[in-house]
Amino acid sequence: MKRRDVLVAALGLVILWQAAAMLVNRSILPTPLLVARAFFSELTTGLLGEHALASLWRVVAGTLLSVLTAVPAGLAIGGSARLNRFASPVIYLLYPIPKVVFVPVILLFLGIGDAAKIAIIFLILFFQIVVLVRDQAAALPPQLFQSLRSLGAGRRALFRFVYLPASLPAILTALRQSVGTAVAVLYIAELFATQRGLGYYIYYNGSTLLNYPAMYAGVIAMSLLGLGLYFTVDWLERILCPWKFVS
Amino acid sequence: MIQIRSLTFNYSGHAPIFQAFNWTLNRGETWAIIGSSGCGKTSLLYLLAGLLKPTSGEILIDGEAINRPRPGTGLILQEYGLLPWSTVRQNAELGLRVHNFYGPDGRHAPQTGRASMDIMPWLERLGIAHLADKYPSQISGGQRQRTAIARTLALHPDILLMDEPFSSLDAVIREDLQALTLELCREQGITLIMVTHTIEEAAMMGKKILLLGAPPNTMPKVFENAQSGSAEFRHTTEYLEMCKTLRKELGNETS
Repeated sequence: MKRRDVLVAALGLVILWQAAAMLVNRSILPTPLLVARAFFSELTTGLLGEHALASLWRVVAGTLLSVLTAVPAGLAIGGSARLNRFASPVIYLLYPIPKVVFVPVILLFLGIGDAAKIAIIFLILFFQIVVLVRDQAAALPPQLFQSLRSLGAGRRALFRFVYLPASLPAILTALRQSVGTAVAVLYIAELFATQRGLGYYIYYNGSTLLNYPAMYAGVIAMSLLGLGLYFTVDWLERILCPWKFVS
Repeated sequence: MIQIRSLTFNYSGHAPIFQAFNWTLNRGETWAIIGSSGCGKTSLLYLLAGLLKPTSGEILIDGEAINRPRPGTGLILQEYGLLPWSTVRQNAELGLRVHNFYGPDGRHAPQTGRASMDIMPWLERLGIAHLADKYPSQISGGQRQRTAIARTLALHPDILLMDEPFSSLDAVIREDLQALTLELCREQGITLIMVTHTIEEAAMMGKKILLLGAPPNTMPKVFENAQSGSAEFRHTTEYLEMCKTLRKELGNETS
């Protein structure tokens, strides 16, 4: 995909939005220009930046936490047939549950602070990463291990030279697949019992202040957050997995 | 010298593949191991590599019993031995990196100190220096095996074990690599043990040929093939005779 094509698509969407706004002609769908103006003024003089940072922090913390715990778990399960026999049925049952249904439960347990929001993101990403890393580790050909062991590699070297690099693409694929969902669920989580975060900001501006341009500015910020994370994953993949991009 | 003394080996729950099996190899020899599938030739190679353990009996290399991979023994498999995320250069360096990762501990790496990480002379020797920055997915099967050979030889092994290393390659490339392997082993004074399922390869490569039959193998059946080792051997009557003998023997074993 070319950068120019993405820009053209973005421009197309803005034009479509402008047309829809003109057609609807109501305050609940302001024009892109109005929203852009609100976005920059909310960012510079308002509280949009602060709310965005709160959301960003929750996503980054939840992501890091899930990577740091799910990767070792996935590698351990994928690398050991015995552990796999116990863990896989559990994962099989828990994996398909839409994690968003746990939002009220987690809020009850962890309360109104950041911990609850981070825990929700963690939960969504954790299973996705465990499953992909596990499958990746289990799919490594045994010949790879035989030849490395014959070179003198023990457990530590196998981890360093095989398991760790092999899990990188799986982690990035998991993040790409789930980071959007994580942001979506973060929005839900931020509707409850908090006064910080983009979810709150959007809802508050839309339903209480009836400041629609500001509400849309929040929507834009949340979209940029998701898009930014998506781009970051792409960028990381190019840096960390150059072998996937050769022909 | 490699000595196999009353080796018995079976995978758990299966009948023995080797039973009270004795076999002796001398330093610098070139061996081919041939047999139909399931005869235990790969198992024997893995036992020699220290990747499998004898059920009973022992394998001695220079008087030392082998229970785990030995730093001086190199192993080259048919395929999949290269890391897909590493370039040719990084793959070839892998053995040296593993050794340096542990340091000269005598277990994972030789005690003789850190090896030079300069892999380029080996890549040049194997004719793949121009591919140093390519990934395995970008090069041919023959070039991948050259990388695996460079990786193993950079560790200066005294024993080289090969498990059907050229079986997935085209005939011309295969003959090329056979000649190169023999040349390098001669040059470096390496004892070569190559498992193959093709009669022609066994006759071409092995100055001695070990034929394994239907398990359990109790006695080594060895064929002397002293004339082999050069490309011209392929055109001699001795070669054709050896192929004929092996074919007949394999036929007897499987019928």
